[in-house]
Amino acid sequence: MSAINVYQQNPGADAKAQSPLHHADLASLVGKGRNNAGVTLREKKFLGHLTLRGDGHDQAFAGGVHKALGLELPVALTVVANGDTSLQWVGPDEWLLIVPGGQEFAVEQKLREALDGQHIQIVNVSGGQSLLELRGPNVREVLMKSTSYDVHPNNFPVGKAVGTVFAKSQLVIRRTGEDTWELVVRRSFSDYWWLWLQDASAEYGLAIEA
Amino acid sequence: MLHIFCPHCGELRSEEEFHASGQSHIARPLDPASCSDQEWGEYMFFRDNPRGIHHELWDHVAGCRQYFNVTRDTVTYEILETYKIGEKPQVTAADKQEAAPVIAKGQGEKV
Amino acid sequence: MSQTYRLASGGRIDRSKVLNFSFNGKTYQGYAGDTLAAALLANGVDIVGRSFKYSRPRGIIAAGTEEPNAILQIGSSEATQIPNVRATQQALYSGLVATSTNGWPNVNTDVMGILGKVGGSMMPPGFYYKTFMYPKSFWMTYEKYIRKAAGLGRAPLQNDPDSYDYMNQHCDVLIVGAGPAGLAAALAAARSGARVILADEQEEFGGTLLDTRETLDGKPAAEWVAAVVAELEALPDVTLLPRATVNGYHDHNFLTIHERLTDHLGDRAPIGQVRQRVHRVRANRVVLAAGAHERPLVYGNNDLPGNMLAGAVSTYVRRYGVAPGRKLVLSTNNDHAYRAALDWHDAGLQVVAIADARHNPRGSLVEEARAKGIRILTSSAVIESRGSKHVTGARVAAIDTQAHKVTSPGEWLDCDLVATSGGYSPVVHLASHLGGRPVWREDILGFVPGDAPQKRVCVGGINGVYPLADAIADGFEGGARAATEAGFKASVGNVPKTVARKEEATLALFQVPHDKGTARAPKQFVDQQNDVTAAAIELATREGFESVEHVKRYTALGFGTDQGKLGNINGLAIAARSLGIGIPQMGTTMFRPNYTPVTFGAVAGRHCGHLFEPVRFTALHAWHVKNGAEFEDVGQWKRPWYFPKAGEDIHAAVARECKAVRDSVGLLDASTLGKIDIQGPDAREFLNRIYTNAWTKLDVGKARYGLMCKEDGMVFDDGVTACVADNHFIMTTTTGGAARVLQWMELYLQTEWPELKVYFTSVTDHWATMTLSGPNSRKLLSELTDIDMDKEAFPFMTWKEGKVGGVPARVFRISFTGELSYEVNVQANYAMGVLEKIVEAGKKYNLTPYGTETMHVLRAEKGFIIVGQDTDGSMTADDLNMSWCVGRNKPYSWIGLRGMNREDVVRENRKQLVGLKPVDPNVWLPEGAQLVFDPKQPIPMDMVGHVTSSYASNSLGYSFAMGVVKGGLKRMGERVYSPQADGSVIEAEIVSSVFFDPKGERQNV
Repeated sequence: MSAINVYQQNPGADAKAQSPLHHADLASLVGKGRNNAGVTLREKKFLGHLTLRGDGHDQAFAGGVHKALGLELPVALTVVANGDTSLQWVGPDEWLLIVPGGQEFAVEQKLREALDGQHIQIVNVSGGQSLLELRGPNVREVLMKSTSYDVHPNNFPVGKAVGTVFAKSQLVIRRTGEDTWELVVRRSFSDYWWLWLQDASAEYGLAIEA
Repeated sequence: MLHIFCPHCGELRSEEEFHASGQSHIARPLDPASCSDQEWGEYMFFRDNPRGIHHELWDHVAGCRQYFNVTRDTVTYEILETYKIGEKPQVTAADKQEAAPVIAKGQGEKV
Repeated sequence: MSQTYRLASGGRIDRSKVLNFSFNGKTYQGYAGDTLAAALLANGVDIVGRSFKYSRPRGIIAAGTEEPNAILQIGSSEATQIPNVRATQQALYSGLVATSTNGWPNVNTDVMGILGKVGGSMMPPGFYYKTFMYPKSFWMTYEKYIRKAAGLGRAPLQNDPDSYDYMNQHCDVLIVGAGPAGLAAALAAARSGARVILADEQEEFGGTLLDTRETLDGKPAAEWVAAVVAELEALPDVTLLPRATVNGYHDHNFLTIHERLTDHLGDRAPIGQVRQRVHRVRANRVVLAAGAHERPLVYGNNDLPGNMLAGAVSTYVRRYGVAPGRKLVLSTNNDHAYRAALDWHDAGLQVVAIADARHNPRGSLVEEARAKGIRILTSSAVIESRGSKHVTGARVAAIDTQAHKVTSPGEWLDCDLVATSGGYSPVVHLASHLGGRPVWREDILGFVPGDAPQKRVCVGGINGVYPLADAIADGFEGGARAATEAGFKASVGNVPKTVARKEEATLALFQVPHDKGTARAPKQFVDQQNDVTAAAIELATREGFESVEHVKRYTALGFGTDQGKLGNINGLAIAARSLGIGIPQMGTTMFRPNYTPVTFGAVAGRHCGHLFEPVRFTALHAWHVKNGAEFEDVGQWKRPWYFPKAGEDIHAAVARECKAVRDSVGLLDASTLGKIDIQGPDAREFLNRIYTNAWTKLDVGKARYGLMCKEDGMVFDDGVTACVADNHFIMTTTTGGAARVLQWMELYLQTEWPELKVYFTSVTDHWATMTLSGPNSRKLLSELTDIDMDKEAFPFMTWKEGKVGGVPARVFRISFTGELSYEVNVQANYAMGVLEKIVEAGKKYNLTPYGTETMHVLRAEKGFIIVGQDTDGSMTADDLNMSWCVGRNKPYSWIGLRGMNREDVVRENRKQLVGLKPVDPNVWLPEGAQLVFDPKQPIPMDMVGHVTSSYASNSLGYSFAMGVVKGGLKRMGERVYSPQADGSVIEAEIVSSVFFDPKGERQNV
């Protein structure tokens, strides 16, 4: 028996699925709200999220990750991407890998194969978190209302990813483009973030994209 | 609100991202069974409360989730260094053996 | 008649915009650009409140934040009430409604005023302490009247309709104060490319430059201000914050700024706009350019309306076009204050006389006044003013400041305004918020900021640099230095040309002597907001209060919102003289945040209403809502508490839910339990070290209950952990303990046992957990899964993988109810689909959703503990009668083992967890109730334990409880008693804590 239980937890596209913000019915809000909204929000749902643990200083680990994903292991506070796959530094021995939904099991197997014999952990956390994408000229102000982390472009260039305090809880902020940011949120807090972001965006106008 | 340099993230971060976990460099006795009740009590409950240099354990809970050490002056709240678990402090009370500042008359607590 | 005291021309007001406002029910008019104080003075309103203790009429003294009297209640509706607004800081808007906060029943006829007059000597300092503290039972009654009479403003009774928020800022240089020095500092720093924030509490930038008679480069100083502001506005990384008070200087250059975004626009913020905002600023460098406050002179009846600071007179005349009187007497000990007389004279008003305490003043401004024919009385001061509700005269006499004596009978001068200046006090508040001791400078007769570890630069008036050109130069230098220290290449700017003047030194004069002596002279107020007199300070020192901090507390000097802005230096100088010591020896009290009052709205920001605290929901929450659940807060989670049907109360619903579980099958959302995925070759060893029991032999496919202790041996969490592969475990924790347990595990791994190869990752949110519990749970689940549900194939305390409702699941056969139970875990995105299939299939089994209350009853019937309810951090596994869960022979000395062998922990007669069965089966023992062995003993009784959990149960047919009792495990069958507040006593029998199915037969089917 394998030392680790690797389990296909995804039932496939036919099963009924509800994202963390399912109850907010974002689709019904598309096109409503102010024109030229300062902030546009989109839930990037049903992606494959994997937590990867290992020794970042070990060349074999970095090599295995590269072999499996075609991505260099990102250094502190950065996220690297290749198409729809992104790999983000979370801590000195922890990374967040996000892949297209449904690929998480195959990717985990591939990684385990490439890292065979090393002390690692890979955990499927796809059900437990989600990405909220914020886009627009006023996202920076919304972030300033929410986090004590400095989001000025001098300090937060594109490609940076930071775990921090946001409102009264915690999440990860990633800057993916000039005006585009992502929040990695935990499922159980997603309604709090949804309410918070609506409120913080109100004075700039909030638009929803499906 | 302290500004703390996380040695793993390599940045200064606001205190609210961290959790203070008390005095650092208190090793768990390797053989607890051989400790007397008093020794075990010292290990569990007794901590220094120095005026001046203090080595503390902090956890970057909202960031990289790593514990690390902080050398902090308990008078000025200045953080003199932060360093990873397993490393030794560069600044210790012995280095800072200047005379303790005399308390001026009338220096009371703020109310 | 409207605006009788408005000058015909002048001021930075817009006379084309007339604004109506009301004060104490009467309507007045002012102009755009006025402060409320300016508009009140323009209308001749002199009494703005009654004093705190003596209830004397009080008028406006100052023009800025240091105002101690004009502290008003603002708001035209109940919901928009704001207490404690300084009229000198509130911009006038159309429809403003203000009322006095002091004065009961009203400011003109005041009950306490009579009491204060008659009882003046009856209310010495310490009066409240001395009189009202005894007898204690009267305190509440007294306090009600004192508070009402003292009038500290009131909070609104309705919800504030406006919104408030926070903004987190980061900058290279934060400049506090936009007067001459602050503007120069901002310019020097901003030109270097640094990120700069400039904040000033006033409506517009400029500080004293907005009302000074000085020129810069030959032009009015305000023109220089406009040019500087325009240049700053054009720079991309400069944030300008007018109406923004830097209120707190916190550790590591973290400062809080209270910005009043729309307070100047109306009673309510315009739609979509925030009323006030707190900026939380982390600054690389701070430039303090807070300036200085003029000190009033302390003399008899100096609190009568019509007594004012000299600088304030200039401000009202020059900035607002208001003359707060007709006939001015100026009393001063310095040159600078002569500006007030000159401004007054230039406005065409009468200067009756200037009393200068100095012997032979010859400064430029003095000579200018002489040249204009103004009468100057040297070696003199106003020693008292008179009038019933407003100044009608001032007595000027010759004084000897060395001997503290009046040396001439003096003369009464007719006047309606006494302006005084006793010198200038640098505004060192922010510089001392972190404990930095101000340093006394004899040359400027003021405290300046001392050395401090903060990365800050002080410029201008706060450093005692008062001449205009010097202040600007100091600002340029300080701003450039701050930017340079922050890593920018900065240079100083060109100081504009000013008029050179000869200025003579200020004479030390903190209390004007009176011929009757301090004790018998008319009251000489030092702190008008707190009604502290010079006599009170002398009395305090005579009573033995020698430390400045003690004098402060005994007299209330500089208390509360005042924070010693006007009175501090005078007060401590009087105390020092009374004690025969110098001011440096006396020292100063410390200042604390906030510099000025902050509204609760601004403190709360957006963290109110539905955003007050994060609320966590499970993936099944919508289903619970749809099915009528009542919710309970468990940590941040919303958990279904019970699911009432029509007409049911909690008791009926819980009884029904309990019965359904015991008779057929129930459904619980257990998703909130903490879940930690543990992987690594040393996972087993790690579990051995942090759990009390052994994990070495747990086979793959099996699960085990474990207890966790801290090093002291006290239980702090529990849960079931399953071995899903040889090096792979899924741990569950309590709902509330999830984050705590993971942090604690990381602590040991990272700091004590870094050699162990194991990783932990939280999967609490990833897995949704549905518990099916009851004798029909197997039948129900069998219909939905491909797992072999045979009791031999899937025994108790094991887990299986398979599909449930078509979705991959991990199913654990464990039980918290004592019934046959299965916990179905699926990836949370698919949980709702699986739940719906379970519910559909469960109809024929009367599948009943149940909440935390039923869960608690069912587990208590089985004697299963809930950590945090039946434990309180002082209980060991032995105390809980759970020694079966303690592996004393494990090779590694696991966390808690040594602690639970300490002398006090192994002693006899510790409180132990037992079952409690009330003798009357219908009586319910309140949770938390104390227990005694003998209810007839005298009070205070010897308490031997308390009730931890208590329920009325349907399965048992009687109420039952769990509780801790001293030596309880050896007292089975004995009685304990719980005396209740109403005098009744509940009698209970000590029994086993396992009330139901003691052999565990129901779950082994």
